[in-house]
This record gives sequence, structure tokens and C-alpha cells, in this order.
Amino acid sequence: MLRVENLVKVYPSGKTALHGCTLRLDGSDVLFVIGPSGSGKSTFIRCINRLVEPTEGQVFLDGVELTGLKRAGLRRQRRFMGMIFQEYNLVERLTVMENVLSGRLGYVSFTQAILRRFPQRDIDDAFQLLDRVGLTGYENHRADALSGGQRQRVGIARALIQHPKILLVDEPTSSLDPKTSRSIMRLIAELSKEHQLPAIINIHDVSLAQAFADRIVGLADGRIVFDGDPDKVNAATLSAIYGEEDWSKTIAHADEDNGNNNDNEAATAPADAAGVAG
Amino acid sequence: MSAAPPPAPLPVPLGTPATGRTWRKPGFVENAWLRWGILLVLAAYLIYASAAVDLNVARMLRGLPRARDFLLQMFPPDFSRWDLLYTGVLESLQMAVFSTAIGSVLSIPIAIGAATNVAPRPIYLLCRGWISISRTFPEVIIAIFFVKAFGFGPFSGVLTLIVASTGFVGKMLAEDIEDIDNGQVEAIEATGAGWSKMLLYAVFPQVMPRLVGLVVYRLDINLRESTIIGIVGAGGIGGALFNSFLRYEYDFSLAILLVIIALVLVAEWASGVIRERIT
Repeated sequence: MLRVENLVKVYPSGKTALHGCTLRLDGSDVLFVIGPSGSGKSTFIRCINRLVEPTEGQVFLDGVELTGLKRAGLRRQRRFMGMIFQEYNLVERLTVMENVLSGRLGYVSFTQAILRRFPQRDIDDAFQLLDRVGLTGYENHRADALSGGQRQRVGIARALIQHPKILLVDEPTSSLDPKTSRSIMRLIAELSKEHQLPAIINIHDVSLAQAFADRIVGLADGRIVFDGDPDKVNAATLSAIYGEEDWSKTIAHADEDNGNNNDNEAATAPADAAGVAG
Repeated sequence: MSAAPPPAPLPVPLGTPATGRTWRKPGFVENAWLRWGILLVLAAYLIYASAAVDLNVARMLRGLPRARDFLLQMFPPDFSRWDLLYTGVLESLQMAVFSTAIGSVLSIPIAIGAATNVAPRPIYLLCRGWISISRTFPEVIIAIFFVKAFGFGPFSGVLTLIVASTGFVGKMLAEDIEDIDNGQVEAIEATGAGWSKMLLYAVFPQVMPRLVGLVVYRLDINLRESTIIGIVGAGGIGGALFNSFLRYEYDFSLAILLVIIALVLVAEWASGVIRERIT
């Protein structure tokens, strides 16, 4: 369970990215954060695992206050937060397996890390996750030899092998084409349910958010201006988040996509990965 | 009339009469007086400097016959004292290989310390300080210092090359570490990995090809330098080369030079091949 209280971030440049955000997330809810560029989405998610140091406010994960922790304590808690990035942030020159296993770095000794001698349990987990995300047989490929969608699948496996309590997902599909974006988003949403994991997902694409969200939060200029069910998102709320525009097309699209796409994507994902191998 | 309809006119049609509104690329130094002033001062200094170094064509012409005699005396190269040549070259080679190995290993922690993005401030200043000092002095100066301190022989030479290697590899590697993709670092830190594991999984994989390339390149440099620093008594073939000049044994000098050239060419070729293979 994640609790964020009155989070404020002021960057050294003097720009205030977050003006006191408060949020609570339970169960295995998939929460999408939408908002324009520069609205503080990325800062918000990074303040939770303190890749960005919040200026004020508290973050609690299962009752532990993350914001007060020293370095060692913070590292320990970071193990419980799996993060997925916009640019995948795989270590390009390492193999897929090494990238996935790097999710266990918080648990193994330095010697194990340098010799790549991870516990058998972790290796079993890694193979199982690679199968699940549709990358069977890819363990010895180098990360920079993969396509965008495949890289993000590795990124997802790396986050999940941590056995996290929460997923922090920062714009996971911004660098991907629309079809791949959908299959990646579906995979994240499914895994969140399978592992009973709550997830916070930043995203630009409103219709994609509506298709997969249990709940949507709208950020505008560092403030939460909307928090509710995806079907409550309408022209008025979108105007409050992004500013005045003709939103009728965006919302209509979301409804269509939601109906169409639910069944066939999970099947295409592994086939898609296998196709690139040939 | 014509088949194709005319394209829609631009808001202001191109090719209208000149309005007198001109444009020029802004100069690098905007003030014209200042710009020409700087050029004038530079030109004046160049003339003054050429006077100071006594650029004397007559003297150059007079020296040419002597240079010719000198070159003629070098032929044919004298390989008769091959054992002296062999031990000297071998010593140079050993100095180069050994000092490159030690120097490269030492330069890894120095490079990490000298990279702003991974090292804390005090360590950074310390390592940058070391790099600047070791790079300020040319190898020959460092060699003179070590020969004074530790006496003649390859030991001083090896120390010299180690110091110089840490400065060179350390600086280049540090700059490469500063240029790494921070996203990969962020991702590894987000898993709860500490500083040392972050280095292992996010930094080293990114800079490894560069490190290998630098080490091979430094071996190449050390091989050449090891022949030079012999002149001030730091071991290797350089000493024999210098002595042969002093004794007017120019044919032996040429033999040594040919061996050095061959060695450097082989090293350069090998380093080229190795660096090409690293991706």
C-alpha cells in the first residue's frame, strides 16, 4: 500500500514541479497519471523511489516512511519498487539475462554480482519471466540487439524479478509504435493483476490510459486536478488537465479501442517476439 | 489553357521587388572594430615572434650539407652488435608492457574518482589533481626526476611510464565515464543496488570497449616513450641510441632506429586491429 502526503518538489533552478500532491493506492489497482509535458508526472514517480529527492512531504510504502530513510535504508526499500522506464534503460552491452538478473542486485553479494553467480532461484525466476513476457530463448542476446518492444519486455522482467510491492512505470510506451504500445500496456496491466501488484503508470496517451486503467489521476502544473474512474474522464476534465481543446474525438476513440482490442493482443505478443528472431 | 492549375500564391509572393531589408550572418565577434583589432594584434605578434626565434634561411642552407654527411654516415646500418641491440630492445619492450599493465589497473580507480557523475567532490578533486600533475610533465621530465631519486635503470623508467599511463588512461576513461547514459545508471539504482554494484552493472559495461582501446593505445605510446626516456638513463634501448650518437657511431644509431621503427609499426598495426574488433 502506497501513501503519498503533500509531496512538494522544487528544483534547484527554482522551478516548482509538484505543489503538494496527496495520493493513496491499494490492492492491485492500475493507476494512470496523465498530464501535459512538464506537469510533473515524471518528477512525481521519481520522488516515490527518490531517484529525485522530494523537497517536502512524505511517502509511505506499507507503513515505512521512504522520505526519512538514509542511504542504506533507501536501497533496501528500493528493492520493493520495480521501475519501468520510457527509454527502457537496459544496460545495452549486457545480455538479456544479465539485465533481468540485475533486478536482484539488491539481494546478492558483490562477489555474486561480479561473477554473475546468481542463486538458482533467481535464475529460475528469470527464465519464467522471460517466457511470460514472450522472450523465450533470448537470454543470451545482447540488449542492444533487440527491438524497442522487446527491450521494454526485458525492462518489465527486470522490474518483476525484484518481487516488488509496487510498479513505478514512467511513460513505458512513448518510444513505441501504437500496436506495440498496446501489447506492452496490456502486459503490464495483466502482470499487475497476476502478481497482485499496484502500479503507477505515467502516460501521454489518454485513450491508452482509459483502455487499461482502474483509476486515472490528472496532473496539471504540479497539482492533482482529477482523481477517479477512467469513465469519469470527459471533455471537461481533459480541459482541466491539458487546457481547452476539442476533446470529443479523443474520448470517442478510447471507447472504441477498449471494446475491440481486449482478446487478441496477448496471443500476438509472443508471436511478435518470435517473428523478429527469424 | 494549361492543364495544371497554378499553385496557390504565397501570402507574400516570392520574387517581389527588393524592400531594402538585408540580412547577414552575425559575426563571431560582433563589434567590427574589435574583430579587426584582434586580427591585427595577432598578426603583429606573429611577426614579433618569428623575429625572436631567429628564423634564418642562410643558417638553414649552411646546415644542409652537414645533414647530408650525417645521413650518409648512417649507411649501411651496423647490426654487428646485435646482442646489445637485442637486450636493449627487449628491456624497452618489457618496460612498456609491464608499465602499461600496472598503469592501466591503477588508472581504473583514478578514472572513477575523477568522474563527476559517480564520485563525491573531495575524491573528484584529488583524482583530477593527480591527473593534472601527471599530465603536466612530459615523460622525459618525470624520468629525470625518478632517475635522480631511484638511480639509473629500467626501474625508474617503469615508474615513469606508470605515472604517465595513469594520467593518460585516467583522464580519457574519466571523460568516457562522464559521458555514459545516465538512464542505465538510474535503472540499476532503482533496483536497490548500491554504488559498487551500480559501477559493475551500469558503468563498466558502457566504458569497457573504450578502456580496452585506451590500454592498447597506451601500450603503443609506452613502447615509443620507453625508447625516449632511455636517453636520460631510465633503461631500455634509448641509452644505447644516445651513446651511439655521442660516439659518432651513426651506422649503429640507424640500426637501433630501424628496430624501433619496426617495433612501433608492429605495435600500431596490432593496436589498430585490436581496436577495430572491439564493439
